[in-house]
This record gives sequence, C-alpha cells and structure tokens, in this order.
Amino acid sequence: MTTTTGPHPTRRLILLGAASVALIGLGNLPFAARPASAAANDKYPEEAFKQKSEADAIKALYGRTAEPSDKVKLDAPEIAENGGVVPVSVTTTLDKVTSISFFVAENPYALAASYRIADGTIPGVANRLKMAKTTKLVAIVEADGKLYSATKEVKVTVGGCGG
Amino acid sequence: MGIRRRDFLKSAGLAAASLGLPRLARGADTASIYDIERFGNARILHITDTHAQLNPVYFREPSVNIGIGEMAGRPPHLVGRAFLERFGIRSDSADAYAFTCFEFEKSAGRFGKLGGFAHLKTLIDRLRGDVGAKHSLLVDGGDLWQGTGLANVMQGRDMVEVANLLDIEAMTGHWEFTYGEQVLRDNLERFKGEFLAQNVFLTEEAAFNDAPAFDKASGRVFKPSVIKELGGHRVAIVGQAFPYVPIAHPKRFTPDWTFGIREEELQKHVDALRATEKVDAVILLSHNGMDVDLKLASRVTGIDVILGGHTHDAVPQPIAVKNAGGTTLVTNAGSNGKFLAVLDLAIGKGKVSDIRYHLLPVFSELLKPDPGMAELIGRLRAPHVSDWSEKITTPDRLLYRRGNFSGPVDELICTALRSELDAEIALSPGFRWGVTALSGQALTMEDLLAETAITYPETYVQEMTGAQIKDVLEDICDNLFNADPYYQQGGDMVRAGGFSYTCTPEAAIGGRISELKLNGGKALGASHRYKVAGWASVNRQQGAPVWDVVGKYLRSGRMFQERLGSGVTLKGVEGNPGIAGQG
Repeated sequence: MTTTTGPHPTRRLILLGAASVALIGLGNLPFAARPASAAANDKYPEEAFKQKSEADAIKALYGRTAEPSDKVKLDAPEIAENGGVVPVSVTTTLDKVTSISFFVAENPYALAASYRIADGTIPGVANRLKMAKTTKLVAIVEADGKLYSATKEVKVTVGGCGG
Repeated sequence: MGIRRRDFLKSAGLAAASLGLPRLARGADTASIYDIERFGNARILHITDTHAQLNPVYFREPSVNIGIGEMAGRPPHLVGRAFLERFGIRSDSADAYAFTCFEFEKSAGRFGKLGGFAHLKTLIDRLRGDVGAKHSLLVDGGDLWQGTGLANVMQGRDMVEVANLLDIEAMTGHWEFTYGEQVLRDNLERFKGEFLAQNVFLTEEAAFNDAPAFDKASGRVFKPSVIKELGGHRVAIVGQAFPYVPIAHPKRFTPDWTFGIREEELQKHVDALRATEKVDAVILLSHNGMDVDLKLASRVTGIDVILGGHTHDAVPQPIAVKNAGGTTLVTNAGSNGKFLAVLDLAIGKGKVSDIRYHLLPVFSELLKPDPGMAELIGRLRAPHVSDWSEKITTPDRLLYRRGNFSGPVDELICTALRSELDAEIALSPGFRWGVTALSGQALTMEDLLAETAITYPETYVQEMTGAQIKDVLEDICDNLFNADPYYQQGGDMVRAGGFSYTCTPEAAIGGRISELKLNGGKALGASHRYKVAGWASVNRQQGAPVWDVVGKYLRSGRMFQERLGSGVTLKGVEGNPGIAGQG
C-alpha cells in the first residue's frame, strides 16, 4: 500500500485505496501521458513551486482563488509530533476531482505537493510534509473546474513542560 | 485530633446548602461527610493524577489559573474567592481548604493533610460497599505511576501493586509512558485492570515492521474501551491517554507510537459501541485536560460523561456541554490523591436518565487507614525510605509549585541551578505535580524527589541568545494560552530564574512575552548570549540529576536569594477571576 515515488521521505506518496494518482513535485517528472481533460497544472508547475506565499503559489498553480468547503476533509495533527515529517491527508466527497494540492504557508516556498487525480480515481491523498515552524496548512481540491479549500493550523513546538 | 475534629464540626453544614448543592449539604457529624445518599443503579469511582503519592500530602491549589477567551472566568479557571463564590463554599470551611488556595497556611494547621492510598482505600471500599456488588466500578485517569522517588526507582511497579490492591479496574495514562514501552508493558502484565487508550496508534514505520498492537488493522496499540456490567446495564469506559506524550516528553520513550486527540476515531468508536455493542452508557476516561475535554464534549456525540484529569483541576460539579447529539457532562477530579470522585448514574435501556456527582476531599484525619494497604505501602517504602529521610533543610516559607507562572518550589530550583551550575539564567518546567511543604518543617530528600522525580532529570547548561530565550517562552506560553484548547498541552509556564518578563496572555504567539530583563534590571539583548541552566529537556542531556544539584545547594544551608515572587508582570488580564495573587 505504501509506495515511495520520490527521493525524499517527505515527498512519499501514499496511495489510498486501489486507485492511482500522479505526483507532480520536486524531483519528479510529470507523466508523459495525460487525459484530455487536463487541468491547470497540466505541466510541471515550476513557477508555482517558486512562490513564497501560499496566495501567490495558488495563483501561479491555478490562476484563481479557492472557496472554503466542508466537503474537503483535511486531516493533520493540531500539534506536530515531529515538524520534519508531519502526516497530512485530504479526502473529499466532491465529484470530478482533477487535482489536490498542499500549501504550507510558513515554509520558504509554500507549495509542498500537487497531485493530479485521474478519472475514476478515489480522490484521497496522504503524505508527509516538512514544516519549518507553526503554520497554516491549506489543501485545495480542484473539482469540475472549481477550486475548494480546507485550512488547518499545525503547531510546531519545541516541546516539554506537559503537566 | 480533638482540635481538628472541632474544626471539621464547625465547617460542616455549609453555607453552600443555600445554593442547593447536594454534595455540600453535609451533616454535623464529621464521619457523615462521606455518607452519600443512594442514587441510581450504578456508581463509578474516579481518581486521577495521584502522582504516586502513597502517603497523605499537603497540596496548595493554584492562586493563578487564568482562562483566556471563551474560557475566561469559567471553571476550571477560577481561583480563591471567585472559586468559593462560584461553588457556594464557605471561606472558613474544610472544603475551602481542600478546593482552593484561600488562607492555605492557616487552614493546613486546622484540617491537616489530604489523600494517601490507605485512606483512599478505606473510603473507596466504604463507598463501593454502600451500593453492593456489581453496582460499582473504580477507574483511574492516569499519572498514577509517577511523582515520587519510590515510583521513579521502581519504575511504577509500586503503583501497580497498589492499584491491584485498590482494585482499579480501568485506567489510561500519561507519565506512565515516560518509562518507555518495555517497562510499560511489563507493568501492564502485572496490572489486573485494563489499560485503555483509543488515541495511541502505531507509527506507519512501526506498523510496517510488525510492532505489537492490540488491533493490527486499525494500528491501535492498546484496547480502546471496556464494557462493564453495572447494575444490570452495559457501561462502556473508553480510555483517552494524554494526546501529546511525544511532544511534552522525550520522543525516545515512545518511538513507535503516535498520539493526538483523535476526535474522529473516538466518534467512530463511540458510534460503534452504541450501534453494535448496544451499550447503555458511554464514559470517557480522559487525560486530555479540562479545557480540551470541554471542547471535545461540544464536538463528539454519544458520550454521557467525561471523567477528566491532567490539568489537576478540582471542580466540584460537572460542567454540562451541549453538542449535536445531546449533552455531555465534563468533570475534573484534582490531583495527588486529594479527591475521590463519585459518579452515581441512573441508567435505563440505552440511556442515562440522571446523575449525581460528588468530588469528595480525602481528609486523612477523618479516615482510618486501611491496614492491608498501610502494610503494603510500608513494605514498598522500606528499602528506600531511610536513604531519603535525611533532613536537607528547613524552609523558612511555604513551598508550593502549582500556579500558571511560578511558585516557591521552582524559584528554589532555579536559584539552586543558577548557583550550582554557575549560570545567569535558569529554566525549570511548569509541571503541575509536586507537593506542598510547610514553613518551618524539615524538608527531606524524599520531599525533594516528590518535586523532581522523572525519567529524564538530567541538568544541562547551554548558551542561548536573548532572542532564543524569548522564542522558548513564547512557544511554551502558547501551549498554555492558545485560544483553541486543542493546541494547549496542559502544563504551566516554564519557570524563569535570573530574569523577569511581562506576559500578555491574550495576545497571539510571538506577542505575549516582552520586557525581558536580567535580575539587575538590564534588558536581555536579542543577540547577546547567556549561560542558561535547566533540567527535564526533551533532548538527551548529560548533567547530574536535578535532585542531586538542588540537594547539594540546600545542604549547604542556602535557600532563597534576591527577589521573591514570580518575576512575571501580567498585562491585559486585570480582574480575571483566575488570579488571586502571586504564582
């Protein structure tokens, strides 16, 4: 069930269910074959990965803004046990999902990973993200040409002193 | 006992009755304060955060326990007079002494020590006997195995024996995890009850390596819940361990396990208990801390009562919290064996129709110690007690720890660390356990160990810049005052030695700590490097154990130096009923 697709443990891709998703990220080349309905992140989104703020990264990746939706379920710890490998996942009940992306607002470069979801695939992605410090985490689901988001604060703490 | 008995007599029949609180409407006879009117068909007795205090203790409740945002002025964030008024307790009563810091020293002489497991056993047996067989259950909310020198050298084995004799049927954990997996598992082999934790899972790496787990499919390391037959009904007890063990403590103790609040997994489990197991009541035995439990109760449905601990709040009445499925009651049962919580339930088919709750102070002088338990405690202590009975000093003032910012115990530890390790600055963790020592009474090594006995006691000295010190303070302050309880860890603020600062609890992280000044009055420079001493680091350290360092300092006849008080100036919380003085 666990497949390592990239050279970095933080970029591991975990396939949820039997479906497959494509990873577009640092050190990974985009898939050569694409469905005709390819979304905005059709080719390797070099510009998006260069953006420092999450707003700029979203704009560079998708060219528009997302609306918050309770149909996007973002699971991440409130307080990270290890900021170096924070487990995060997204599932959604939205139909016609074409991509799922993660943005770590306080990291040097906000876009952490973007996944293209092939037709007929269960739209669920889990991975490990490195977080430099306490940060806002944004997940975006692209579905039927629209963008939906969920946000969660993840605290990265020095620890100690618990009761 | 004559004089004390009179004091208890005077304080009985409390003014509180005017508020119609059944728990405080006690008879005039001292023995009868433990007579509880029969109610319902099931009785659950709950102790929590006893911190292995086998013998009765003095423990001063906090004079600073600030609630921020929605929690401001709400239980448990009330201290002193505000607490007495909220719960209708007369200020000169034994209850005022047990539940608050109000005139603590004066009352300590009148009402004596609280707790002690031989005394607890007498009271527990009596309250279980009152309702008859198969109608009662005894549960422990965790932090049972840590807090004394004895528990530390025996790695909690002493407390497992005590728990078995006391007949604790279910427990969850926090400091229990700091002995590491092997010791924890060895102790649980001997423990006759159930260790429950719905929120501890194998890490993916550990699961891949086939590490042991209660349920391989879910990755749950421990049994999440147990169903008990009580009064002819099925009662589920779900365990919730402290959610932040690998963050608050060195991760090396629990490398294979991942924690968290795990709200969603909890909801699924409760739903399954209701739907599949057809239980009549669901109780969450929680080590979340009260603020976390209050939030959780508003979001998770299907739980009747949360029996809470961790934050050491002695709250006389349950707090009712509404959620989408109904109402959940939230309690917190204090610490150090001072209190026994009695939850009486009227359970019907699939439903709890009503409850009565009593948080009984365990006044040691009103209870005859159970001979069997007293014998066991004596036997467990015997090999060590003479080594630790040496008087190391006689304090010239009341020594207590509990409080959001400081207390004399930690001031003393910081002073000793700075002096012995030749550091300008000392930091000491804001633990909430650690007992109170009266002025003028001999302090022994056993007393000192009761303030310091942990599995990572090594001291350290390191250089830190002023900016780094501020960052550490900001980080820990956010664990205490984050407006969202799920981001709190339930400890108090790190104690500051050698410098003072201003704290604005209502600000956001980064903006709470200001005006850091060395004791001489000079401002800390952001890039200036300071020599900082401390202990209880989550990173591995090599220095001598803190008890040896502090013991050496005290044996030399020194006590406090320079300033008294916390060294913390509070801003923006004037009038907050969570403040009644220093600490």
